[in-house]
Amino acid sequence: MTRSVCRTRRIRRSLRVSGAGAATLLALSACSSSTGSQEESGSAGSSSEVSGQVTVFAAASLEESFTALGEEFEKRHPGTGVTFSFGGSDALAAGITSGAPADVFASASPKTMATVTDAGATAGEPSTFVRNQLEIATLPGNPEGISSLEDLTSSSLKVVLCDKTVPCGTAAQRALKAGGLELTPVSYEQDVKAALTKVELNEADAAVVYRTDVKAAGDKVTGVDFPEAAEAVNDYPIAVLKDAPNASAAKAFVALVKSAEGQRVLTDDGFRTP
Amino acid sequence: MRKPDVMRRPHAARTGARMVPVPLLVPALVGLAFLLLPLIALLVRAPWRSLPDQLTSPEVWEALRLSLVCATSATALSLVVGVPLAWLLARTEFPGRGVVRALVTLPLVLPPVVGGVALLLAFGRNGVIGQWLDAWFGITLPFTTTGVILAETFVAMPFLVISVEGTLRAADPRFEEAATTLGASRFTAFRRVTLPLIAPGIAAGAVLAWARALGEFGATITFAGNFPGRTQTMPLAVYLALQNDPAAAIALSLVLLAVSIAVLAGLRDRWVRAS
Repeated sequence: MTRSVCRTRRIRRSLRVSGAGAATLLALSACSSSTGSQEESGSAGSSSEVSGQVTVFAAASLEESFTALGEEFEKRHPGTGVTFSFGGSDALAAGITSGAPADVFASASPKTMATVTDAGATAGEPSTFVRNQLEIATLPGNPEGISSLEDLTSSSLKVVLCDKTVPCGTAAQRALKAGGLELTPVSYEQDVKAALTKVELNEADAAVVYRTDVKAAGDKVTGVDFPEAAEAVNDYPIAVLKDAPNASAAKAFVALVKSAEGQRVLTDDGFRTP
Repeated sequence: MRKPDVMRRPHAARTGARMVPVPLLVPALVGLAFLLLPLIALLVRAPWRSLPDQLTSPEVWEALRLSLVCATSATALSLVVGVPLAWLLARTEFPGRGVVRALVTLPLVLPPVVGGVALLLAFGRNGVIGQWLDAWFGITLPFTTTGVILAETFVAMPFLVISVEGTLRAADPRFEEAATTLGASRFTAFRRVTLPLIAPGIAAGAVLAWARALGEFGATITFAGNFPGRTQTMPLAVYLALQNDPAAAIALSLVLLAVSIAVLAGLRDRWVRAS
């Protein structure tokens, strides 16, 4: 599941992936002596019997929101620890169907989640917890004065799109089709963050990415909304996995994500409620 | 040219094989199996039935054509600047030569993606050199075929330099000295004496560089992006096909594997062993 990519985020992520392995070992060893720790959390006055490590595989676009929710989870359930593995949904799904020891999977596309449910790897039906929408990311301050998707079709602009094989690329193609537009980018990037990076580095004038990515990039890019994005909304499904090493904590984490507090964190980061 | 003792060599090798001790033979076979099994798996899982359809698509041929053009151009570029660089490292003395040699070989161990990022920061539209290329000549290298060639040259040239430098060090400098004492300039001696002397080493290095350039992925996708027909080489096509059509990815991998084997097998006997 290692992707060749250029960002330090990824390095952090791969560290986390290896951390996830270590955490799983810790969780397993914790399970073998769990009576003690359960009593401990009981005496601490926690209302639930949730304890131990929970490992969450989540789409890269959820990194900021889920990291915040993970901290909130650990605060609400003392004695627990949340380990994340953020990455491309397809790569994560491939990991899960190959037996990666994860408790929860949150995907950026129903199609990717379907590969996991089809393999019989989820416990129960996945449910949509947020939706994401496309936005145009341009250079800070929008020096080219881009105001619509049609503006990107101007031949003088260097535009990057996601490749058609990844969810943000399929969504971009849907939006272009809805607007009856033809767009020849300079590159079809391998994922949404790679597309955004090309704008952040000023190598491209604009990219079609998710609204949440524009928000996460802060003042390194300027976002431009366009009406066709409504035709290309991405649903994000989440599910507890069948072979979850810590099913009770997994259920509690999914509950937090879908709670009012969880939804508030996610909408603050630019997601929409389903 | 063959002498009797050369003829006898295969026989000697055969008697040697009979005496291979088990503690060496077993790990050697494990190593061989480890290297070959993944390739065999590729053949076993190949979608043979749909293969003709997969391989006749214009995208595949475009990617293959681009791969061959870019790898060959990168090799040519490496030859033009790499051979003189190797000569400089092998035949001259200057302060910090050891450091220069280490720096030249750095791309060998650097993750290619890091190379791609470095290329972006140097030759990108906003890069240290790239911004002037853009301002003065209107040239931007990312997202162009030239960008692919540069990325491939960056990762492949060290193979050529190392190979040529090694050959130069093994070659007797007295031939060149003789040529210069007979009145040839140093450049003429290089052209007429040194180059023919080290030709096998240059060829071996060029083959290695070409093979490395053909397989280049990380620096290419980072620096040159991915656009069919312009920057999408075979390794990029394989990677992206894997996201939603594994069968196509396997088919593309087979093509790359076949091309690599054909080139290495075709050239190995002629060149690599000669060095």
